[in-house]
Amino acid sequence: MEKRIAVELRHIKKHFGPVKANDNVNLKVCAGEIHAILGENGSGKSTLMNVLSGLYAPDGGEILVGGTPVCIRSPKDAILNGIGMIHQHFKLVDALCAWENIVGGMKTRALLRKKRAVAEIMALCEKYGLPLDPEKKVCRMTVGEKQTVEIVKALYRGAEILILDEPTAVLTVQETERLFEILREMKAKGRAVIIITHKLQEVMNVSDRVTVLRKGVSVDSIVTAESDPARLAELMVGRAVDISVPYVETPRERREPVLSIQNLHLAERGTGEKLSIDQLDVCSCEILGIAGVADSGQRELCESIVGLRAAEGSVLLKGAELIGLDPRAMLRQGVRIGFVPEDRLGMGLASGLNISDNAALRTYCSDKGPFLNKKAEKAQAVRLTERYHVSTSGVDQPIQSLSGGNIQKVLLGREIDQGADLFIAAYPVRGLDIGASTFIYEQLNEEKKKGVAILFIGEDLDVLLGICDRIAVLHGGELMGVVDAKTATKEQLGLLMMGQRQEETSHAAN
Amino acid sequence: MLRIERKTNSRFLLQRMLSLVAALAAAGVVVAICGYDPFVVYREMLKGSFSSVYYVQQTVQKIIPLLMMGLGVAVCFKMNFINIGAEGQFYMGATAATYVALNVSGPPAPVVMLLMFAAAFLAGGCWCLIAGYLKSKWGVSETLVTLMLNYVAIKLVSYLQYVLWKDPQSFGFPKIANYPVELQLKPVLGVHSGWIVALLLTVLIWVLLHRSKLGYELSVMGSNEQTARYAGMNTKKILLLASLLGGGICGLAGLIQAAGAERTLNDQMGGGMGYTAIAIAYMSRMEPPVILAVSFLFSILLQGGAYMQISMQIPSAAGDVIQGIILLFILGSEFFSTYRVVLTRTRKEAAK
Repeated sequence: MEKRIAVELRHIKKHFGPVKANDNVNLKVCAGEIHAILGENGSGKSTLMNVLSGLYAPDGGEILVGGTPVCIRSPKDAILNGIGMIHQHFKLVDALCAWENIVGGMKTRALLRKKRAVAEIMALCEKYGLPLDPEKKVCRMTVGEKQTVEIVKALYRGAEILILDEPTAVLTVQETERLFEILREMKAKGRAVIIITHKLQEVMNVSDRVTVLRKGVSVDSIVTAESDPARLAELMVGRAVDISVPYVETPRERREPVLSIQNLHLAERGTGEKLSIDQLDVCSCEILGIAGVADSGQRELCESIVGLRAAEGSVLLKGAELIGLDPRAMLRQGVRIGFVPEDRLGMGLASGLNISDNAALRTYCSDKGPFLNKKAEKAQAVRLTERYHVSTSGVDQPIQSLSGGNIQKVLLGREIDQGADLFIAAYPVRGLDIGASTFIYEQLNEEKKKGVAILFIGEDLDVLLGICDRIAVLHGGELMGVVDAKTATKEQLGLLMMGQRQEETSHAAN
Repeated sequence: MLRIERKTNSRFLLQRMLSLVAALAAAGVVVAICGYDPFVVYREMLKGSFSSVYYVQQTVQKIIPLLMMGLGVAVCFKMNFINIGAEGQFYMGATAATYVALNVSGPPAPVVMLLMFAAAFLAGGCWCLIAGYLKSKWGVSETLVTLMLNYVAIKLVSYLQYVLWKDPQSFGFPKIANYPVELQLKPVLGVHSGWIVALLLTVLIWVLLHRSKLGYELSVMGSNEQTARYAGMNTKKILLLASLLGGGICGLAGLIQAAGAERTLNDQMGGGMGYTAIAIAYMSRMEPPVILAVSFLFSILLQGGAYMQISMQIPSAAGDVIQGIILLFILGSEFFSTYRVVLTRTRKEAAK
């Protein structure tokens, strides 16, 4: 079946200094197909799409739209060539309403003709079955609605080729399914859809063909239906890999509540209640997952437990009250909580300092007197880099010059080595490649076997279902329920993430 | 089109040296336009700084306040507390010391001297602490507060000099009485003993920044305040403590200058050195040994500029111009040590 080629990239090159973000990328996308671009972090997916949408100028290679070579030097050129980009982080003006965002920025006559514009927008929405209220302000919209606005914006500008960068990162399972419906509708109407992702399952679900990038090179383009996740993972990494998330069985009788949260409430000035949890236990020898769409109170939960936010209620760690203690007071009382925060360089590590100084962050205050024991610190850092396989030129290397995986290993290793009773890991594999992710999972499972209670904040439901014993779901800061990870389904979690409480599931586990 | 990229590695020292050479060349052009031979001018400057024992002593004496204030500012900069009030803290320290020197006469001189040190440290420290407190309490910009307090301090000294503390025995000349001889700093090797204090302080601050817990906490805070909180550091306490310490050192610099070089207090003694010290601390990346070296370079400019004025009838403002150009170049080179400029064909977008 030969289809019309909508866009073709030949030998695209884009270098940033010594970094070859794109070295030789070839891509052919037909009209009326959904084409997935798959690759690990740093494989050049985003660079490629930014080349296509005019944000970067390629250093070599050519772009053909509809068979003719074009020169795309700016986002405007891209739009003129019918290429519309929907960024992972939406580019919308919060204070304006939907139709203003859609029309805004286009060359029009001096006066906006609102009626006509709205009529055109509504016609578009009807054609593709997109639900949209043109008068609604963006700041009042849910993430899904904002995404719809972005899609309509691209279509309104005449995009024949739609690029979506990690579109599902902020969506629940149900919202994702709805998005995929919309994409299929576009495909049926003859548009070309490019979706960038690193989630294998999504590629299998929605795409017709898939191009795999590895280290800036397009390694293969295959028909999705003739492939399977394992094969795709192998292409992505370059060797056969185990993509399963390892689960370790621990004896149930060893599980005892280590952390118990009761009536935890957190309200911050002007923003209303951020967190409200009636009852939640984390047991020894278990990994409790926390699921929820972005900003559902995950961060607030972690920071309330470790004493970085002043919450009300009761948080007991092995019977000792944590509320009211700051991190230093906890340390003094012998409370050991390992905490890997979501923004590693923003919290948890001091990006300007070297590995040795960062490794000492938890232990420096137990040095005797007002001085530091630099020798011991260095030795400790060397041990850390060896045990957790941090590849580095030495412990004097600044932390920010390490790769994401190595940075995470330093942080995770330091936190594990404290010998904590409770370990909180917020998005510990975000931005890491498959190898580093697997390493992190193994380390967490090791801790679980030792009897540590682990709180795992995750975003990928497949991962959560794989590694956790139980999963608690947050929605708008509220605990929606706790499910058994062995019996729960993604749909069930998705409903909870959207805020639909299921009474029967809330006490099923434990 | 020119594009700016972040650099991966930088050769810090070479860069600084190159920018110094470039600055001297550019300043030479300015000097030439004014009708002087730049080579003669530079030679005269070096002559004025080194050609005799006396000149060397003068040069070394000029290092002392720059070095001490550079250290004080560095302590604040280390935790990202942009203290540009060294000048004011310097005057406050000198004022407090002068009050003690002129009014306390009972105890023996060494005890009074200790009192002067304590008063100068506290006065300079509290002047800086005002900004530290406002920042820790309400997040007020320390840059503005410390800057504004400079003017308050200088005007206060003027008021003391012209009105309150005016020496009745100075024949109507607006001048504060000289320190009693026993409270003036005695010369050691021809330079008032303040240089010993300054050198000691250099070592102490190095130990503080590199070997002490407080220094470690300052660098973590300077790098990332969230991480400092995460590690359980009491960021407010550290902020207050370090601003007291940094301002206090600047206050001590005021005492040393008053008791050593000026033998009294006057509203000209700072002469903008507090601002030069900011540049020195910044250029040295808060490293005490480097601060010492850079202070030495600037003292050559100060001393050489003063000498030129006499020997060549070039206004010492010419020295200031050269100093300004050097500062501009070195601060400008900071940009090149972090970024590099790349020629490209089309528009740029910040790299992800």
